[in-house]
Amino acid sequence: MWKYVGRRMVQLVPVLLGVSVLVFFGMHLIPGDVAQLLLGDKGTEADLARLRHQLGLDRPVYVQYVRFLADALRGDFGISIRTRQPVIWEIGQALPVTVELSLAALLFAVVVGLSIGVLSARRPHSAVDTGSMVFVLVGVSMPVFWTGILLLLVFGGLLGWLPLGGILDAGLNVRRVTGMPVLDAVLQGDWTAVRSALAHLVLPAVTLGAAVMATIARMARSTMLDVLNLDYVRTARAKGVSERAVVGRHALWNALLPVVTVIGLQLGLLLSGAVLTETIFALPGLGRLTITSVLARDYPVVQGVVVIGAVIFVLANLVVDLLYAWLDPRIRYG
Amino acid sequence: MAGSADSVRLTAELPAAGERRAAALSWRRLRRSSNLAVGALVVGLVVAAAVLAPQVAPYDPIDQEFTSQLKPPSASHPFGTDEFGRDIFSRVVFGSRIALNVGLLADAIATVLGVLFGLVAGYFGGRVDALITRLIDVMLAFPYLLLAMIVVAILGPGLTNAMIAIAVVYTPQFARVVRGVVLATTQQDFIEATRALGARPLRILVRGILPNIVSPIIVMATLTIGFMIVETAGLSFLGLGASPPTPEWGSMLATGRSYMLTAPWIATFPGVAILITVVAFNLVGDGLRDLLDPRLRGRL
Repeated sequence: MWKYVGRRMVQLVPVLLGVSVLVFFGMHLIPGDVAQLLLGDKGTEADLARLRHQLGLDRPVYVQYVRFLADALRGDFGISIRTRQPVIWEIGQALPVTVELSLAALLFAVVVGLSIGVLSARRPHSAVDTGSMVFVLVGVSMPVFWTGILLLLVFGGLLGWLPLGGILDAGLNVRRVTGMPVLDAVLQGDWTAVRSALAHLVLPAVTLGAAVMATIARMARSTMLDVLNLDYVRTARAKGVSERAVVGRHALWNALLPVVTVIGLQLGLLLSGAVLTETIFALPGLGRLTITSVLARDYPVVQGVVVIGAVIFVLANLVVDLLYAWLDPRIRYG
Repeated sequence: MAGSADSVRLTAELPAAGERRAAALSWRRLRRSSNLAVGALVVGLVVAAAVLAPQVAPYDPIDQEFTSQLKPPSASHPFGTDEFGRDIFSRVVFGSRIALNVGLLADAIATVLGVLFGLVAGYFGGRVDALITRLIDVMLAFPYLLLAMIVVAILGPGLTNAMIAIAVVYTPQFARVVRGVVLATTQQDFIEATRALGARPLRILVRGILPNIVSPIIVMATLTIGFMIVETAGLSFLGLGASPPTPEWGSMLATGRSYMLTAPWIATFPGVAILITVVAFNLVGDGLRDLLDPRLRGRL
């Protein structure tokens, strides 16, 4: 297993190098450079030249790239034009919010998706099955931003059950430890804050997880249908194993494998959806940081966020692949 | 000689019979596939709305009417009006033009580029293939919206640039599928035979290989068009695509968000329009896949 992990890690190196090349030279295509943006209209030509020299922008492009790479490896992506803070600090502030949101969305997607899939497969072509599959088709096609708006309208606006956005109720304060609102509140042992943070997390997580949930439900249904017809399941039933154990213990485990693949395929959707979800619910995460930076032409931040985003995405995919290899040892030798 | 003429006639007849049988089979599948029919009908309606927009829409989509701002749906404004008194129904109808244009163009760009890269990589192999495959891997290493956002950051915001960004995001996926099919096809005996007969690479590519990738490409292009529409709308929603007063569904949703509690119809109807269009395209895509190439199930 460890050999497999090592091999997969080595394969990541050229991809990540490619990512850095693409991002760096992509950003170079933009007219105007960081020195100009940092100075704005205030600086003289001499100031500009000095700043360019300071930032190394007067060196040949390939030297600049090597420097960018060396800095990036140390986590240094320069300084934000908008806030004048180090880019990596900005990312550090925003990332935990996105991670917590994505994990909550994934949890919702897996639990609800698997339940719907298994329920549908138990009674194929019944009303429950048809209803769930229509629901799933709509779920797959719903644009994230519209799901979010509708959920906000119904549960935030009309019913007033859940907050309209943000991460905590006004007046509440949680000391920042991990940067994940719910986790920080738990660590502090402040249950009012935990409740508030959870309430703020529900709608964004459902919004972000809806499409993934629908895909998982569809996949789980079809694999469960296949598995439930296999001989070993019939044998288990014939042995007199209760239906509950047949479905829960024997069949479900085998139906999990394709679900793990689906999760891997949907990770990109999840990270992309986070940008839209955070915009709708005013969450100070990586997605909102990206969009604010693109709109403010804050290119150092865009550059940093995109590189970090790609690294996370690639690593998350690796984790899914490893999980897959662990669930199904045949993969490792393939 | 007579014998060879007979055999020529025979071989000429065989595929015809086969085609007839295939046609009958497809027709049966087509009839069974009611999803495809429903999807095609709805897509047809959306296309009709887009083509006949000036005739269908009762008002000008960007005309502001300050006496009727934020009016709920009524007989004169079936979907209500927005904060500038513009008729939402007319804007949604005209929005279908933008959505279809953007979807079709982005799809066309991604298809052409994807087929080109995929063909070249799959057919020539070696270093060219290694280079293109690496590039595909790198592009797929970005979460798609992030990749689209860099493209928009480079080109600058705007509907056309958002569309190009979405096309760029999808190109590697097309290229990967095409490359796979090309690799599988070039292994087959008939390509080997054509090559042995001295056909040039271009001829082999166009006459031998291209016909084999047509059906996966049609399926993929139909399946992605809905997503392309959603994602361009998403970029507009974020303020990176269409700008006001363009009647674009995503940007209509973005403005509607601010009036959600007081005038929910502003955001509701463009959202319904996106949903219906996308579901329809997905139904058509799924249906076409089952019809043309059931083996692609689960892969596309």
